[in-house]
Amino acid sequence: MNDKWWMLTLVGQDSPGIVAAVTSALAEAGITLGETSMLRLGGNFTVMMMVSGDTDEQALRSLLVPVLEARGLRLHIDPIEAELHQHLVPNVQVTVSGADRTGIVAQVTTALAEGGFNILDLESDLAGTPHEPVYIIQISGVSGEPIERIEERLAPVRESGVSVNVVPVEPYIG
Amino acid sequence: MAVLDILKLPDPRLKQVSGPVTAFDDALRRFIDDLEETRQDGPAAVGIAAPQVAVFQRVVIVDCSQTRKPVPNHGRLVLVNPEITHWEGYEPGREGCLSVPDYTGNVIRATRIHLEARDPQGAPLEFDMEGYEARAVQHEIDHLDGILFVDRVVSRRTDLFRRKVYQKGGKKSETTKNTKNTKG
Repeated sequence: MNDKWWMLTLVGQDSPGIVAAVTSALAEAGITLGETSMLRLGGNFTVMMMVSGDTDEQALRSLLVPVLEARGLRLHIDPIEAELHQHLVPNVQVTVSGADRTGIVAQVTTALAEGGFNILDLESDLAGTPHEPVYIIQISGVSGEPIERIEERLAPVRESGVSVNVVPVEPYIG
Repeated sequence: MAVLDILKLPDPRLKQVSGPVTAFDDALRRFIDDLEETRQDGPAAVGIAAPQVAVFQRVVIVDCSQTRKPVPNHGRLVLVNPEITHWEGYEPGREGCLSVPDYTGNVIRATRIHLEARDPQGAPLEFDMEGYEARAVQHEIDHLDGILFVDRVVSRRTDLFRRKVYQKGGKKSETTKNTKNTKG
Protein backbone atom coordinates (compact mmCIF):
# COMPACT_ATOMS: atom_id res chain seq x y z
CA MET A 1 0.00 0.00 0.00
CA ASN A 2 1.11 3.51 -0.80
CA ASP A 3 2.29 5.40 2.28
CA LYS A 4 1.02 8.79 1.16
CA TRP A 5 -1.98 10.08 3.07
CA TRP A 6 -4.29 13.05 2.69
CA MET A 7 -6.94 14.57 4.92
CA LEU A 8 -10.13 15.30 3.01
CA THR A 9 -12.51 17.82 4.55
CA LEU A 10 -16.00 17.98 3.08
CA VAL A 11 -18.65 20.48 4.10
CA GLY A 12 -22.11 21.19 2.74
CA GLN A 13 -25.86 21.06 3.21
CA ASP A 14 -26.70 17.72 4.84
CA SER A 15 -28.79 15.13 3.02
CA PRO A 16 -29.03 11.35 3.27
CA GLY A 17 -26.50 9.39 1.18
CA ILE A 18 -23.53 11.77 1.09
CA VAL A 19 -21.16 9.38 2.86
CA ALA A 20 -22.20 6.55 0.54
CA ALA A 21 -21.65 8.68 -2.57
CA VAL A 22 -18.25 10.01 -1.45
CA THR A 23 -16.86 6.72 -0.18
CA SER A 24 -18.12 4.82 -3.24
CA ALA A 25 -16.31 7.25 -5.55
CA LEU A 26 -13.14 6.76 -3.49
CA ALA A 27 -13.45 2.98 -3.30
CA GLU A 28 -14.04 2.65 -7.03
CA ALA A 29 -10.76 4.49 -7.59
CA GLY A 30 -8.93 2.17 -5.20
CA ILE A 31 -8.56 4.81 -2.50
CA THR A 32 -8.45 3.39 1.02
CA LEU A 33 -9.81 5.11 4.14
CA GLY A 34 -8.07 5.57 7.48
CA GLU A 35 -9.71 7.17 10.49
CA THR A 36 -12.76 9.29 9.70
CA SER A 37 -15.19 11.48 11.58
CA MET A 38 -18.54 12.63 10.28
CA LEU A 39 -20.61 15.08 12.25
CA ARG A 40 -23.74 17.04 11.56
CA LEU A 41 -23.10 20.53 12.89
CA GLY A 42 -26.05 22.87 12.88
CA GLY A 43 -27.64 21.00 9.98
CA ASN A 44 -24.43 21.03 7.96
CA PHE A 45 -22.78 17.86 6.78
CA THR A 46 -19.13 17.72 7.82
CA VAL A 47 -16.66 14.92 7.44
CA MET A 48 -12.91 14.58 7.77
CA MET A 49 -11.42 11.47 6.24
CA MET A 50 -7.89 10.14 6.11
CA VAL A 51 -7.40 8.64 2.66
CA SER A 52 -4.50 6.84 1.03
CA GLY A 53 -3.77 5.39 -2.37
CA ASP A 54 -1.61 5.48 -5.47
CA THR A 55 -2.77 8.94 -6.49
CA ASP A 56 -2.11 12.66 -6.11
CA GLU A 57 -4.04 15.66 -4.85
CA GLN A 58 -5.28 16.67 -8.31
CA ALA A 59 -6.53 13.17 -9.12
CA LEU A 60 -8.28 12.93 -5.75
CA ARG A 61 -10.15 16.15 -6.42
CA SER A 62 -11.03 15.12 -9.97
CA LEU A 63 -12.56 11.82 -8.94
CA LEU A 64 -14.77 13.56 -6.36
CA VAL A 65 -15.93 16.41 -8.63
CA PRO A 66 -19.12 14.62 -9.79
CA VAL A 67 -20.18 14.01 -6.16
CA LEU A 68 -19.22 17.53 -5.09
CA GLU A 69 -21.31 19.07 -7.85
CA ALA A 70 -24.28 16.75 -7.40
CA ARG A 71 -24.36 17.30 -3.64
CA GLY A 72 -23.23 20.91 -3.41
CA LEU A 73 -20.23 20.04 -1.24
CA ARG A 74 -16.99 21.90 -0.76
CA LEU A 75 -13.74 19.94 -0.54
CA HIS A 76 -10.42 20.76 1.08
CA ILE A 77 -7.38 18.48 0.77
CA ASP A 78 -4.21 18.46 2.94
CA PRO A 79 -1.25 16.10 2.66
CA ILE A 80 -0.69 14.55 6.12
CA GLU A 81 1.51 12.19 8.08
CA ALA A 82 -0.54 9.18 9.19
CA GLU A 83 -0.12 7.94 12.73
CA LEU A 84 -2.15 4.75 12.78
CA HIS A 85 -2.47 2.06 15.43
CA GLN A 86 -1.08 4.43 18.06
CA HIS A 87 -4.20 5.74 19.77
CA LEU A 88 -3.62 7.72 22.93
CA VAL A 89 -5.93 6.63 25.71
CA PRO A 90 -7.72 9.38 27.67
CA ASN A 91 -7.42 9.44 31.45
CA VAL A 92 -9.66 12.42 32.22
CA GLN A 93 -13.08 13.48 31.06
CA VAL A 94 -14.38 16.99 31.56
CA THR A 95 -18.05 17.85 31.07
CA VAL A 96 -19.18 21.44 31.17
CA SER A 97 -22.69 22.84 30.87
CA GLY A 98 -24.26 26.19 31.51
CA ALA A 99 -26.24 29.08 30.13
CA ASP A 100 -24.76 29.93 26.77
CA ARG A 101 -22.39 32.86 26.59
CA THR A 102 -19.41 33.78 24.45
CA GLY A 103 -16.09 32.35 25.60
CA ILE A 104 -16.95 29.24 27.64
CA VAL A 105 -14.87 26.90 25.48
CA ALA A 106 -11.99 29.39 25.47
CA GLN A 107 -12.10 29.72 29.26
CA VAL A 108 -12.27 25.97 29.89
CA THR A 109 -9.66 24.91 27.36
CA THR A 110 -7.25 27.69 28.36
CA ALA A 111 -7.44 26.56 31.98
CA LEU A 112 -6.78 22.97 30.86
CA ALA A 113 -3.94 23.96 28.52
CA GLU A 114 -2.17 25.76 31.35
CA GLY A 115 -1.88 22.38 33.05
CA GLY A 116 -0.59 20.68 29.92
CA PHE A 117 -3.88 18.86 29.33
CA ASN A 118 -3.83 17.20 25.90
CA ILE A 119 -7.35 17.26 24.45
CA LEU A 120 -7.95 14.12 22.40
CA ASP A 121 -11.60 14.75 21.77
CA LEU A 122 -13.91 17.72 22.17
CA GLU A 123 -17.55 18.01 21.27
CA SER A 124 -19.74 20.92 22.14
CA ASP A 125 -23.38 21.44 21.51
CA LEU A 126 -25.93 24.17 21.82
CA ALA A 127 -28.90 22.69 23.66
CA GLY A 128 -31.91 24.19 25.42
CA THR A 129 -34.28 26.51 23.62
CA PRO A 130 -33.70 29.59 21.47
CA HIS A 131 -34.80 31.69 24.47
CA GLU A 132 -32.72 29.80 27.01
CA PRO A 133 -29.76 28.32 25.16
CA VAL A 134 -27.52 25.95 27.11
CA TYR A 135 -23.96 25.16 26.09
CA ILE A 136 -22.65 21.64 26.75
CA ILE A 137 -19.03 20.62 26.26
CA GLN A 138 -17.58 17.16 26.55
CA ILE A 139 -13.82 16.85 26.56
CA SER A 140 -11.64 13.81 27.00
CA GLY A 141 -7.89 13.84 27.07
CA VAL A 142 -4.63 13.01 28.73
CA SER A 143 -3.42 14.89 31.77
CA GLY A 144 -0.38 14.34 33.95
CA GLU A 145 -2.07 16.23 36.78
CA PRO A 146 -4.26 14.80 39.54
CA ILE A 147 -8.03 15.34 39.22
CA GLU A 148 -7.98 17.71 42.21
CA ARG A 149 -5.48 20.00 40.45
CA ILE A 150 -7.60 20.09 37.29
CA GLU A 151 -10.62 20.91 39.48
CA GLU A 152 -8.66 23.83 40.94
CA ARG A 153 -7.77 25.11 37.48
CA LEU A 154 -11.44 25.01 36.50
CA ALA A 155 -12.72 26.60 39.73
CA PRO A 156 -12.99 30.09 38.15
CA VAL A 157 -15.18 28.60 35.40
CA ARG A 158 -17.44 27.05 38.02
CA GLU A 159 -17.58 30.32 39.97
CA SER A 160 -18.85 32.01 36.80
CA GLY A 161 -22.01 29.90 37.10
CA VAL A 162 -21.14 27.04 34.77
CA SER A 163 -21.43 23.42 35.87
CA VAL A 164 -18.10 21.57 35.59
CA ASN A 165 -17.58 17.86 36.10
CA VAL A 166 -14.09 16.33 36.07
CA VAL A 167 -13.84 12.55 36.30
CA PRO A 168 -10.92 10.16 35.96
CA VAL A 169 -11.25 7.75 33.07
CA GLU A 170 -9.67 4.35 33.41
CA PRO A 171 -10.68 2.19 30.49
CA TYR A 172 -11.57 -1.32 31.51
CA ILE A 173 -9.36 -3.69 29.51
CA GLY A 174 -10.47 -7.30 29.41
CA MET B 1 2.06 -22.76 33.04
CA ALA B 2 1.96 -21.17 29.64
CA VAL B 3 0.96 -17.92 27.98
CA LEU B 4 -1.81 -18.72 25.52
CA ASP B 5 -2.50 -17.03 22.18
CA ILE B 6 -5.24 -14.39 22.30
CA LEU B 7 -7.89 -14.54 19.60
CA LYS B 8 -8.28 -11.16 17.94
CA LEU B 9 -11.01 -9.51 15.91
CA PRO B 10 -12.10 -10.51 13.24
CA ASP B 11 -11.59 -14.13 14.35
CA PRO B 12 -15.11 -15.63 14.07
CA ARG B 13 -14.48 -17.86 17.08
CA LEU B 14 -14.92 -14.78 19.30
CA LYS B 15 -18.63 -14.95 18.35
CA GLN B 16 -18.96 -18.49 19.66
CA VAL B 17 -21.10 -19.12 22.75
CA SER B 18 -19.20 -21.02 25.46
CA GLY B 19 -20.62 -23.99 27.32
CA PRO B 20 -20.81 -24.51 31.09
CA VAL B 21 -17.99 -26.20 32.96
CA THR B 22 -19.11 -29.62 34.22
CA ALA B 23 -15.84 -31.13 35.50
CA PHE B 24 -14.10 -29.22 38.30
CA ASP B 25 -10.89 -31.18 37.92
CA ASP B 26 -7.12 -30.67 37.73
CA ALA B 27 -7.32 -30.05 33.99
CA LEU B 28 -9.67 -27.10 34.67
CA ARG B 29 -7.35 -25.70 37.33
CA ARG B 30 -4.28 -26.08 35.07
CA PHE B 31 -6.16 -24.17 32.37
CA ILE B 32 -7.08 -21.44 34.87
CA ASP B 33 -3.38 -21.06 35.76
CA ASP B 34 -2.56 -20.58 32.07
CA LEU B 35 -5.43 -18.15 31.64
CA GLU B 36 -4.17 -16.07 34.58
CA GLU B 37 -0.62 -16.08 33.21
CA THR B 38 -2.01 -14.93 29.86
CA ARG B 39 -4.01 -12.14 31.55
CA GLN B 40 -0.86 -10.82 33.20
CA ASP B 41 1.32 -11.13 30.10
CA GLY B 42 2.18 -8.18 27.88
CA PRO B 43 -0.06 -5.19 28.44
CA ALA B 44 -1.71 -6.65 31.52
CA ALA B 45 -5.49 -6.81 31.39
CA VAL B 46 -7.90 -6.37 34.27
CA GLY B 47 -9.91 -9.36 33.12
CA ILE B 48 -9.88 -12.23 30.67
CA ALA B 49 -12.37 -14.83 29.49
CA ALA B 50 -11.63 -18.40 28.38
CA PRO B 51 -12.96 -17.98 24.82
CA GLN B 52 -10.36 -15.25 24.25
CA VAL B 53 -7.81 -18.08 24.23
CA ALA B 54 -10.06 -20.39 22.17
CA VAL B 55 -11.31 -22.42 25.14
CA PHE B 56 -15.08 -22.27 24.89
CA GLN B 57 -15.93 -22.89 28.53
CA ARG B 58 -17.61 -20.49 30.95
CA VAL B 59 -14.53 -19.33 32.88
CA VAL B 60 -13.45 -15.73 33.50
CA ILE B 61 -10.87 -13.99 35.68
CA VAL B 62 -11.13 -10.39 36.89
CA ASP B 63 -8.93 -8.43 39.26
CA CYS B 64 -9.99 -4.86 39.99
CA SER B 65 -7.61 -4.42 42.94
CA GLN B 66 -4.86 -2.75 40.88
CA THR B 67 -6.59 0.31 39.39
CA ARG B 68 -4.84 3.70 39.48
CA LYS B 69 -7.58 5.05 41.73
CA PRO B 70 -8.86 2.35 44.11
CA VAL B 71 -12.37 1.11 43.35
CA PRO B 72 -14.67 -1.18 45.36
CA ASN B 73 -13.56 -4.73 44.54
CA HIS B 74 -13.36 -8.30 45.77
CA GLY B 75 -9.73 -8.89 44.77
CA ARG B 76 -8.71 -11.41 42.15
CA LEU B 77 -11.67 -13.57 41.22
CA VAL B 78 -11.78 -16.77 39.22
CA LEU B 79 -15.41 -17.22 38.21
CA VAL B 80 -16.64 -20.49 36.73
CA ASN B 81 -20.13 -20.59 35.21
CA PRO B 82 -20.79 -16.98 36.30
CA GLU B 83 -24.34 -15.71 36.13
CA ILE B 84 -25.72 -12.26 36.83
CA THR B 85 -28.98 -12.69 38.70
CA HIS B 86 -29.78 -9.04 39.35
CA TRP B 87 -28.68 -5.77 37.82
CA GLU B 88 -29.61 -2.15 38.30
CA GLY B 89 -28.60 1.33 37.22
CA TYR B 90 -26.83 2.25 34.01
CA GLU B 91 -23.75 4.27 33.23
CA PRO B 92 -21.38 4.66 30.32
CA GLY B 93 -17.71 3.87 30.76
CA ARG B 94 -14.73 3.39 28.54
CA GLU B 95 -13.64 -0.14 27.64
CA GLY B 96 -10.96 -1.82 25.61
CA CYS B 97 -10.19 -5.46 24.98
CA LEU B 98 -7.20 -7.74 24.46
CA SER B 99 -9.08 -9.12 21.47
CA VAL B 100 -9.55 -5.66 19.91
CA PRO B 101 -6.12 -3.97 20.10
CA ASP B 102 -5.76 -0.17 19.82
CA TYR B 103 -9.42 0.68 20.28
CA THR B 104 -11.45 1.93 23.21
CA GLY B 105 -15.07 3.00 23.27
CA ASN B 106 -17.91 3.88 25.60
CA VAL B 107 -20.24 1.12 26.69
CA ILE B 108 -23.34 1.34 28.90
CA ARG B 109 -23.26 -1.19 31.75
CA ALA B 110 -25.31 -1.85 34.84
CA THR B 111 -23.82 -0.05 37.85
CA ARG B 112 -24.77 -2.71 40.40
CA ILE B 113 -25.09 -6.46 39.92
CA HIS B 114 -25.58 -9.59 41.95
CA LEU B 115 -23.37 -12.40 40.71
CA GLU B 116 -23.48 -16.13 41.29
CA ALA B 117 -20.64 -18.42 40.18
CA ARG B 118 -18.50 -21.40 41.13
CA ASP B 119 -14.90 -21.37 42.23
CA PRO B 120 -12.30 -23.69 40.57
CA GLN B 121 -13.21 -26.43 43.07
CA GLY B 122 -16.90 -26.15 42.25
CA ALA B 123 -17.94 -24.37 45.45
CA PRO B 124 -20.66 -21.72 45.07
CA LEU B 125 -19.75 -18.02 45.15
CA GLU B 126 -21.98 -14.97 45.46
CA PHE B 127 -21.11 -11.31 45.19
CA ASP B 128 -22.75 -7.92 45.14
CA MET B 129 -20.66 -5.74 42.85
CA GLU B 130 -20.72 -2.15 41.73
CA GLY B 131 -19.07 0.25 39.29
CA TYR B 132 -15.82 -0.79 37.67
CA GLU B 133 -15.89 -4.35 39.01
CA ALA B 134 -19.50 -4.84 37.89
CA ARG B 135 -18.43 -3.50 34.47
CA ALA B 136 -15.52 -5.98 34.39
CA VAL B 137 -17.76 -8.95 35.04
CA GLN B 138 -20.33 -7.83 32.46
CA HIS B 139 -17.59 -7.37 29.83
CA GLU B 140 -16.17 -10.85 30.53
CA ILE B 141 -19.54 -12.65 30.64
CA ASP B 142 -20.27 -11.04 27.27
CA HIS B 143 -17.24 -12.95 25.90
CA LEU B 144 -18.83 -16.20 27.14
CA ASP B 145 -21.92 -15.29 25.11
CA GLY B 146 -19.92 -14.43 21.99
CA ILE B 147 -20.39 -10.67 22.39
CA LEU B 148 -17.58 -8.11 22.07
CA PHE B 149 -17.70 -4.61 23.57
CA VAL B 150 -17.52 -3.19 20.04
CA ASP B 151 -21.03 -4.63 19.60
CA ARG B 152 -22.21 -2.36 22.42
CA VAL B 153 -20.24 0.86 21.85
CA VAL B 154 -22.31 4.04 22.02
CA SER B 155 -21.38 7.47 20.70
CA ARG B 156 -20.17 10.13 23.08
CA ARG B 157 -23.17 12.23 22.19
CA THR B 158 -25.52 9.49 23.27
CA ASP B 159 -24.24 9.87 26.83
CA LEU B 160 -25.56 13.40 27.04
CA PHE B 161 -29.13 12.67 26.17
CA ARG B 162 -30.37 10.43 28.94
CA ARG B 163 -34.01 9.96 29.59
CA LYS B 164 -36.18 7.91 31.84
CA VAL B 165 -37.52 4.72 30.32
CA TYR B 166 -39.57 1.93 31.74
CA GLN B 167 -37.83 -1.43 31.87
CA LYS B 168 -39.47 -4.81 31.67
CA GLY B 169 -41.27 -5.50 34.93
CA GLY B 170 -42.32 -1.89 35.38
CA LYS B 171 -39.09 -0.83 37.05
CA LYS B 172 -38.06 2.71 36.28
CA SER B 173 -34.42 3.25 35.53
CA GLU B 174 -32.19 5.65 33.70
CA THR B 175 -30.78 4.59 30.38
CA THR B 176 -30.12 6.00 26.94
CA LYS B 177 -32.41 5.83 24.02
CA ASN B 178 -29.97 3.80 21.92
CA THR B 179 -29.45 1.09 24.49
CA LYS B 180 -31.19 -2.08 23.53
CA ASN B 181 -29.33 -4.40 25.85
CA THR B 182 -30.36 -4.33 29.44
CA LYS B 183 -28.40 -7.39 30.40
CA GLY B 184 -24.64 -7.41 30.99
